[in-house]
Amino acid sequence: MSQSLQSYLVISSALFAIGVFGLLGRRNLVAVLISLELILNSASLNFLAFNKFSLPDKSLGQVFVIFIIALAAAEVCVALSLILLLYRKKDSINVEDAKELRG
Amino acid sequence: MIADIFFMGVALLTLLGALLAVSLKNVFYNALSLILSLFGVACLFIFLNSEFLAIIEIILYIGAIAIAIIFAIMLSSPMIQKKEEKPDVKKIARSFILAALFFWGLLQTLRRTVWPAANPEGDYSLGAIGKSLLSNQILPFETVSLVLLVAIIGALMLAEKKGTAR
Repeated sequence: MSQSLQSYLVISSALFAIGVFGLLGRRNLVAVLISLELILNSASLNFLAFNKFSLPDKSLGQVFVIFIIALAAAEVCVALSLILLLYRKKDSINVEDAKELRG
Repeated sequence: MIADIFFMGVALLTLLGALLAVSLKNVFYNALSLILSLFGVACLFIFLNSEFLAIIEIILYIGAIAIAIIFAIMLSSPMIQKKEEKPDVKKIARSFILAALFFWGLLQTLRRTVWPAANPEGDYSLGAIGKSLLSNQILPFETVSLVLLVAIIGALMLAEKKGTAR
């Protein structure tokens, strides 16, 4: 495996698949959030790989990754406060305990 | 040659960290493995000539996001779980099959697609990023600043304890 566009894409799709596995399989809300971070990282890795190997303007992909990181920070701060709120209400952060909105 | 070996090591480190981050049972260990995986991703960013983003990844992801997640774990779940969570084998098998199918589909797609190629040499400098952020990308830049402000205010409002407000 050498440094080519293909190998970066394989790494980032493996990261994405691991993230999807965690997102679907875990029941702890913080673990779900961790899997979400892995998925966002695979997206940034993809953007930078295409930035290097198939984009003439080398700053465009980096700018996009800056936006991804900023939005991930915002998402994490809101999600963590929601998790703390749920813990205070329910005394648990299991996804299956938060079922008020179940149809 | 040495760079290739190092690249493979970093890639394996990233994937190993990611696997541990989703598979270990203790959430605290999950967060620590997430830090390992994020460090690997930062090293891969250096391989992609984006040193600035590698630094940002370490400062923001490891220094802020991972630490915030660890804080939330400390606040919300005691280190010794009250009731042992028994693994739901059916659910794990289902999500594993779905993720494997997803991975297989992605691999097929990227094997068959012919990607456009460009010269990897170019201007990766911080100055070029700054010029791009403040000229062509000024609208998304300002929007992201607004989103961050709204997120901070929203998180403060949500996490506020009822009754302690004035």
